[in-house]
Amino acid sequence: MGPFLERLKDGPVLVADGAMGSFLMKHGLEPGRAPESFNLERPEVLREVARLYLEAGAEVVQTNTFGGSALKLASYDLDDRTEEINSAAVMAVRETVGEGAYVSGSCGPCGRMLAPYGDAEPEEVRESFRRQIGAMVDAGVDVVCVETMTDLAEATLAIEAAREVSLDVPVMATMTFDATPQGFYTIMGVDVPSAARGLLAAGANVVGSNCGNGIEKMVSIAKEYRDCTDAPLIIQSNAGLPEMEGGEVVYRETPEFMAERALQLLEVGVQIIGGCCGTTPEHIRAIRAAVRPRPQADAAAA
Amino acid sequence: METLQKIASELERGHDKEVRELVKLALDDSVPAATILEDGLIAGMQVVGERFRAHEIFLPSVLLSARAMNAGVELLEPHLGKTDARSRGTIVIGTVKGDLHDIGKNLVGIMLSGAGFEVVDLGKDVSPEAFVDAASESGADVIGMSALLTTTMPAMKDVVALVEERGMTGKVKTIVGGAPVTEDYAREIGADGYGFDAANAVECVRELIG
Repeated sequence: MGPFLERLKDGPVLVADGAMGSFLMKHGLEPGRAPESFNLERPEVLREVARLYLEAGAEVVQTNTFGGSALKLASYDLDDRTEEINSAAVMAVRETVGEGAYVSGSCGPCGRMLAPYGDAEPEEVRESFRRQIGAMVDAGVDVVCVETMTDLAEATLAIEAAREVSLDVPVMATMTFDATPQGFYTIMGVDVPSAARGLLAAGANVVGSNCGNGIEKMVSIAKEYRDCTDAPLIIQSNAGLPEMEGGEVVYRETPEFMAERALQLLEVGVQIIGGCCGTTPEHIRAIRAAVRPRPQADAAAA
Repeated sequence: METLQKIASELERGHDKEVRELVKLALDDSVPAATILEDGLIAGMQVVGERFRAHEIFLPSVLLSARAMNAGVELLEPHLGKTDARSRGTIVIGTVKGDLHDIGKNLVGIMLSGAGFEVVDLGKDVSPEAFVDAASESGADVIGMSALLTTTMPAMKDVVALVEERGMTGKVKTIVGGAPVTEDYAREIGADGYGFDAANAVECVRELIG
């Protein structure tokens, strides 16, 4: 795989991977335990999920580090192992994909609110991300993915931390929006144009949205982004919203449903299309077959 | 009364210092503490709740207004008689066992306090025993449970079951909410109420307490 940003500029759409949490739960992650605990205790599960997504056609494969910032890990008393946890996650993916995909370092929210809304100070939040991203970059990530953000100030600190760690590793930044009668806003009141402006100003190379919505609303969000920026876009959609059906969690959007609408994302000019909650290797395989088919691998899916 | 209106409007703007000064002024002018609470602070918080519900303002504004409200209440507390404050009812709230997401739950707490209820906030990752014990100890009318994860929702059923086990059904009502929670689910587990958002939670609590 060539340099990430060049590939985005010159190449066709990239497909990213899908959900991690549901996969870990299938392999025994209990409610209340940090998903990142698997990085230390069950790296073979990490390798397996990476392998499945790679085979399905993902060329951007994420690390199991969504809650891997020091502050977030602190809520599980794991912050002293921040570097180890993030490093192990990167290595598990790299060992599996080799040079066949871009390893994307997932950085989710730190779990604390910045003053004056909460008690976290900017410097401790930045440091928390610095430790996480530092470990990822040392372990060889190709790109950092600051995701599921709702607060622009927090996202800015994460992006700044990434830039501080390395100017050579590109940064993607995505926010989670709610569809309100007044338009798309994050819970902290950030609309899409503000997100685009703020994230790019902070230094993100790729912007977009993940989580919170099924693919139809994501198409609308992508259009809003495209209306205000030419920057590369990434969209990682949920397979709909989770519903409880007889004690089981179900996500209603099928691989076929998502794949069909992924074509609309292509039309909008989204460079990276992946999945979030509820998506599976089957969803990714269908999306890949729709937006950039592989002659041999996708013959069956076509 | 002009000062009370100013208290409400400064609270709506999230100005805690101004609210503090104006509350002091009102107390110095011998305005009854209960009146300041009701017509100044609660009135202001009511407007905040409505604006939030209409998606005109967002979490940051609500949090700043809540901070201003708490600043005002702090000054009033020594002056409020037992019958004045928070006599609308007591609710125990928390995010269920295994779940660390509390933004929604915090909002509900803010709205309930703002509406004049006594709120006992147990925080996150709260066991069924903790919910029910706190309800007993505080003489609560309602237990409110929040979950953001589908995997932690089943813990709500455990709380409802424990309430029944302890013979508190009917005396202590249960209400549930959170992004993945639905009215169907609330019914399925035998909860007394379901709040689809923070403002709706207040309405449900009002209905349950009667």
